[in-house]
Amino acid sequence: MAKRIDVEDLNAWYGSFHAVADVSMTIEPKQVTALIGPSGCGKSTFLRALNRMHEVVRGARVSGQVLLDGQDIYGEGVDAVAVRRSIGMVFQRPNPFPTMSVRDNVAAGLKLNGVRKKSELDDVVERSLTMAGLWDEVSHRLDRPGGGLSGGQQQRLCIARALAVEPEVLLMDEPCSSLDPISTLRIEDLIGELKDRYTIVIVTHNMQEAARVSETTAFFNIAGAGEPGRLIEMGPTTKIFTKPDDTRTEDYITGRFG
Amino acid sequence: MALVGPVALRRRSVSRALLGLVGAGAIGLTALLFTATPFQGVLDFVLVAYLLYVVAQTAVSYAVEGARSARNRLALTLLVSALFLALVPLAAVLIYTVQRGVQAISPGFLTHSMNGVGPLEDAGGAYHAIVGTLEQVVIASVISIPLGLLAAVYIVEYGRGRLVYWIRFFVDVMTGLPSIVAGLFIFAFWVLGLHKGFSGFAAGMALAILMIPIVVRASEEMLKLVPNDLREASYALGVPRWRTIVSVVFPAASAGLTTGIILAVARVTGETAPLLLTAFGFDAIRTNPFSGPQSGLPLFVFSQAGSAFDVAVNRAWAGALTLIAIVLVLTVLARVLTRRNVLA
Repeated sequence: MAKRIDVEDLNAWYGSFHAVADVSMTIEPKQVTALIGPSGCGKSTFLRALNRMHEVVRGARVSGQVLLDGQDIYGEGVDAVAVRRSIGMVFQRPNPFPTMSVRDNVAAGLKLNGVRKKSELDDVVERSLTMAGLWDEVSHRLDRPGGGLSGGQQQRLCIARALAVEPEVLLMDEPCSSLDPISTLRIEDLIGELKDRYTIVIVTHNMQEAARVSETTAFFNIAGAGEPGRLIEMGPTTKIFTKPDDTRTEDYITGRFG
Repeated sequence: MALVGPVALRRRSVSRALLGLVGAGAIGLTALLFTATPFQGVLDFVLVAYLLYVVAQTAVSYAVEGARSARNRLALTLLVSALFLALVPLAAVLIYTVQRGVQAISPGFLTHSMNGVGPLEDAGGAYHAIVGTLEQVVIASVISIPLGLLAAVYIVEYGRGRLVYWIRFFVDVMTGLPSIVAGLFIFAFWVLGLHKGFSGFAAGMALAILMIPIVVRASEEMLKLVPNDLREASYALGVPRWRTIVSVVFPAASAGLTTGIILAVARVTGETAPLLLTAFGFDAIRTNPFSGPQSGLPLFVFSQAGSAFDVAVNRAWAGALTLIAIVLVLTVLARVLTRRNVLA
């Protein structure tokens, strides 16, 4: 089910501000691809462009192609809502629905899309929570509010919620940046397990994290304030972190940035 | 060299006993003043004593505690005074209405109309007016709540650019619309223009005109409080926008929306002016709001209070008490619901 993504000449704007310029890359299926780079380099914007979440922001637009197994998600007649169902997303801050129970949070994607059969939903809830490594911790309190869990649990709940709609690709925007080291480790382990089934793209500020979880790393950078972010270099993670081709990558990796 | 000397962590302060002494001194001095000079009157006494107290307290504080504490005490005293001054009219109205109302209200008042009651008779009641008010407010709510809520959803979730600017501008203008103008409009347009005559429904429409902008503004504020994170979380699951609004945004804002709407209902329940030209008033019970003049509690109070006879004025107080009770119940309800707000 995991699908491959080919990005060609992607540009993204917020109003008149050019945030991402001329990015082309191939994201392999059943792998973890990490996007690294300094703040404001456009990596989150790029990630959001991959499932058409970028255009949710007022005045935001995108040009270029994003091919999901050959089909352009920005092509004519393509429904953004359908795109987001096959390309799930986990956000930086855990954002469970505060009015819903743990169970309803996980089932939300299906329920809000009209699935009503309880037995079916219960199956999905258990399967998704198990995949997210949360089932044992919450199975006895599925009816309690999702907001009552700890930060790390909430983030895994959000991952379970994303998995429940059975996407082909999972995009993660700094999923561990608001979590403690132990919760971070759990989520990183989880990412390792999930990559057998999904194409995973993760944005992170933490270079050790990128080194730990990803097979491929892409380095983004900006030339200066107000300039658009660009893809500098992309390659196998070990290569990017040991002998990158570009000196800018090397400066960033080794901490000689700026 | 330091610009400021060493800071003394301990400092002297004015004790409560000393403050009491200052207060007593202020009162004593005022009493002396009022016996020795032509000053008189209770209110004047209180005012002079208060001013003396404020001055003396600040002086004592300055001498004992220093300039900063003196300024602090002065500001605090003025703030607390302002608070009490603001509460005085509110409390006075409430207490007086309850006092007069409780004397005049009776089970018979709540179950009888004014049909066939003579001008000097101590009989009759506001049943017809209560029925009228409830019907008119329900009609106003049925018209304005969906309209207002949907307008707010448009403004917050969909609208962009100039159209929203103008909608909000007109909503603001409508918020400041004098209530008699709403009544006048329905009177000219519906009652006379379309020859529909006076009715509870006409009154409901006039109230709706006043209620819509309140509902829009209140709902708009509550919808804006819903974090964008939640909308994005929903979109990212492939949930369409309308479904996100209905199933994610509304539940998150429900307590606040309910509060805002109830306060809007409470606000129009007490409106008198729009009823004058629309419901007009009627002494007998009329349950059908669609034809013929109808009474309402504010109208009832207005007409009874204008009478020269004590029995009628007493009925007005009883009616006022009933009206306050209805509004109070709604307000308390709104408070209780606000406390459960997940966002606040």
